[in-house]
Amino acid sequence: MALIDYANPTRFLGLVEKLLPWLGALAALLIAVGLGLVFGIAPDDYQQGATVKIMFIHVPAAWLSMFGYSIMAASSLGTLIWRHPLADVSAKAAAPVGAAFTFVCLVTGSLWGKPMWGTWWEWDARLTSVLVLFIMYLGLIALWQTLEDPIKAGRAAAVLTLVGIVNIPIIKFSVDWWNTLHQPASVFRLGGPTIHPSMLWPLLVTALGFTVLFVTLHLMAMRNEILRRRIRTLRMLQASAVAG
Amino acid sequence: MTRKQRRLTMIGTAGAVLALAAGLIFWALSDSVAFFNSPSDVMAKRLPPEQRIRLGGLVKEGSVVRGEGTTVRFEITDKAVSIPVTYTGILPDLFREGQGVVAEGRMTGEGSFRADHVLAKHDENYMPKEVADSLKAQGHWQGDKGAGAPK
Repeated sequence: MALIDYANPTRFLGLVEKLLPWLGALAALLIAVGLGLVFGIAPDDYQQGATVKIMFIHVPAAWLSMFGYSIMAASSLGTLIWRHPLADVSAKAAAPVGAAFTFVCLVTGSLWGKPMWGTWWEWDARLTSVLVLFIMYLGLIALWQTLEDPIKAGRAAAVLTLVGIVNIPIIKFSVDWWNTLHQPASVFRLGGPTIHPSMLWPLLVTALGFTVLFVTLHLMAMRNEILRRRIRTLRMLQASAVAG
Repeated sequence: MTRKQRRLTMIGTAGAVLALAAGLIFWALSDSVAFFNSPSDVMAKRLPPEQRIRLGGLVKEGSVVRGEGTTVRFEITDKAVSIPVTYTGILPDLFREGQGVVAEGRMTGEGSFRADHVLAKHDENYMPKEVADSLKAQGHWQGDKGAGAPK
């Protein structure tokens, strides 16, 4: 079962239709269990009190904002190098989902920042680079809307996506390279996590739930995009039949 | 070389050039990308009094003096140099001695800093209150030493 077997959109659609109900149910279950752990088990933080609960949404949203862009970058390589027919469908479908998670990340971060730092927004390197990521997502969505021909739009967007990938390490390492207001990484860092296990486990369950939700939404958006392209092709055939 | 390999090489080369360019830009800009300056930087740069800067570091233990109304005096330190700060206004909840903070304002002539905004930094440690208390009781507390310490 190589990746190329699913280059056939019909076979891909068949697989997606079989997977989607299971993935949706799994995402709902994991998020429900995760939120149960967050509000039932995870203790309040010694400094932040109950405000720490925001972290359980903010951190997974931040991870997925970068995960979404990485999916788009990998898909763009598929478009430009291997001309895989589903690669640009995947890239186009991931953009709105990634943008939504980035938006959640920015909003929850702002809500946390006001009581903890004393400000809704500051132009520090981490905050600014995530805002740039959000604008990249919007720009790519706009680019796809602007170009009529899906092949041309896919190639142009793939080039822009790959240029924008330079932002991902900047987001990740901004807190290590420069003085920032945002605190350094607590989970993926050398020397192990600095979150107490009683908060780390609820975070990881919630993050896994959101990841499955991301994959579910991405596959749904891919299915819709394939169907939309079929309708477009049928309309064009119909129009040329009428004209001919 | 097949067409696929040629495209792969082209994208790889373009990517390497782009990464290098971005790296050089941020290397050159690293002073202005920094959100705040440490007390040592500020003393070394001898900034003119009219220039607005952000001064970041730890609130020195035992330095907080509450004056009249909401005026507070404290010192911001990076363990090498300390700069006295005055601020009038409401401090964020996390503000306390030993905490990382960022103060925004201007240097006055006499080597002290007049802040008009104070932000608290949070560190990367998350733990329940009981764990923090027992660490303190056992003398393993590493405190807020990481928070806000300039790089």
